Amino acid sequence: MSDNNTEKKVPTRPLPKLTEMDTAPFWQGTAQQEFRYQQCANCGTIVWHPRAHCTGCVDGDLQWKVSAGRGTIYSYSVVRLSYHPFFRTKVPYAVAYVDLDEGPRFLTNVTGIEDPLTEVSVGQRVELAWEAHEELSIPLVKPV
Amino acid sequence: MATQSRDAAIVGIHEYPSRDVEGRVNALQIKAASAAKALADAGLSWSDVDAIYDAGEGGPMSGLMISEYFGIQPTVMDTTGVGGSSYEFHAAHALRAIREGKAKVALLTYGSTAHSNAMAIGAGGRGGGISPGDNMETFAGQTLIANYAMVAHRHMHQYGTTSEQLAEISTATRYHAMRNPEAVQAMTDLEFVGIQETSIEDVVNSRMIADPLHLLECCMVSDGGGAVVIASADVAANCRKAPVWILGTGEATKYPENGGDITTSAGAQSAPIAFAEAGVSAAEMDIAMIYDSFSITVLTLLEDLGFCAKGEGGAWVQGGRLRFDRPNDGPALNTDGGGLSSNHPGMRGIFLLLEATRQLRGESTSQVEDARLAIAHGNGGMLGARHSAGTVILGRD
Repeated sequence: MSDNNTEKKVPTRPLPKLTEMDTAPFWQGTAQQEFRYQQCANCGTIVWHPRAHCTGCVDGDLQWKVSAGRGTIYSYSVVRLSYHPFFRTKVPYAVAYVDLDEGPRFLTNVTGIEDPLTEVSVGQRVELAWEAHEELSIPLVKPV
Repeated sequence: MATQSRDAAIVGIHEYPSRDVEGRVNALQIKAASAAKALADAGLSWSDVDAIYDAGEGGPMSGLMISEYFGIQPTVMDTTGVGGSSYEFHAAHALRAIREGKAKVALLTYGSTAHSNAMAIGAGGRGGGISPGDNMETFAGQTLIANYAMVAHRHMHQYGTTSEQLAEISTATRYHAMRNPEAVQAMTDLEFVGIQETSIEDVVNSRMIADPLHLLECCMVSDGGGAVVIASADVAANCRKAPVWILGTGEATKYPENGGDITTSAGAQSAPIAFAEAGVSAAEMDIAMIYDSFSITVLTLLEDLGFCAKGEGGAWVQGGRLRFDRPNDGPALNTDGGGLSSNHPGMRGIFLLLEATRQLRGESTSQVEDARLAIAHGNGGMLGARHSAGTVILGRD
């Protein structure tokens, strides 16, 4: 690689795109460390991931709500091998599906631990741990 | 069985022999070479093809591009692309088109140079799209393997399944691979370490890739491809080989849902539809060609397809039950060596149809004596997230 930029920038976590229309309101909320999710005022369905229409009824009325930020690990894995330029420097790291107490199940990383091989488990209680970036924050979780 | 219809049959097959083409051929050439061989296997030619099925791996507008490339004028075009199970969907759609009288000879093809292109399918970054779902997930660095691993962890948590039980899938598949010269060559070309039958200990002692999945529970990334020719009953009657009838098909999809159970796949929806159409049950299957992207895929699907109850798969597979030389214990699993040990260039679904057909013709290298019924079940996408399920039940005269 004949890269004349010797101060090669450090690879970063892939960040969401604020221009994606369905999910933009969620990511805008993360700048204030708000975990927003949608619930239909008509049929009660909790919609996750965010989108512009209700999946429970055809005359939906989606309202944004804010999670209290606590949940339970539904399942997880510890990634030992990644070829991604950022994540290959982070192995081993834990990825998890977290069920927020309000209902949404989201994919995230478990942080705030020394050893993901021994400190993460199915059914574990966790809370949001925000990782700040320029225009948004990433919703990670840490053990309660 | 009395109501079973025999309207369309697999009459021609070909599996591209090389798993490492070393950049000498491309995916389209693999598709065309395989198509010609499969048509020849049936005793047919390009001009007989009136229906084309393509999963789009050759590029956009694949229905147009592939017809020109092959030099055919199909009047039925189907470019269903739902990942690795696309070919089970294609077989289902071909059966319907033929049954309706819209087509007589359907051609399905697949080609990939995933190995030569050094595609990091299992442990690479997630795809470049910005679908709403992807925009919520890519930040977490979940590899494809880790997605399947999350199903395995949940399965273990809910049902007490163990790594030793999951390893049974790997050992049975390798047992069959060692009897298939093409699979042995594939493992040689892809520089596998220890090309031999494996023990449960070998599997659970192999390197952890994404907890709880070990290296020997993960499929290979190869080059390869193949083709299938499906024909109407009147055409099949004059083909070179005995017909392998498509007796029933089912299709379904599943995706992440709040509160959903990821230990149950879309197969639980597609399989009953296929079995009902075929008028047979899982217990009657001699052969189970089940998409083995990972050990957990097969374990989950064996339950979803009805071979055993949900959660009981771990105990059910123990003791080498899935080997071809244990026909009284249930179906023989992936007798070609599977994606784990023979062929996985990214979308394995077509190979499920190929080996099921070989078994029902009596042409397998791990032949089950007098095999009469087979199931081919493809899982496309990611088992623990958005995925598609295609079930095909096959039988011979």
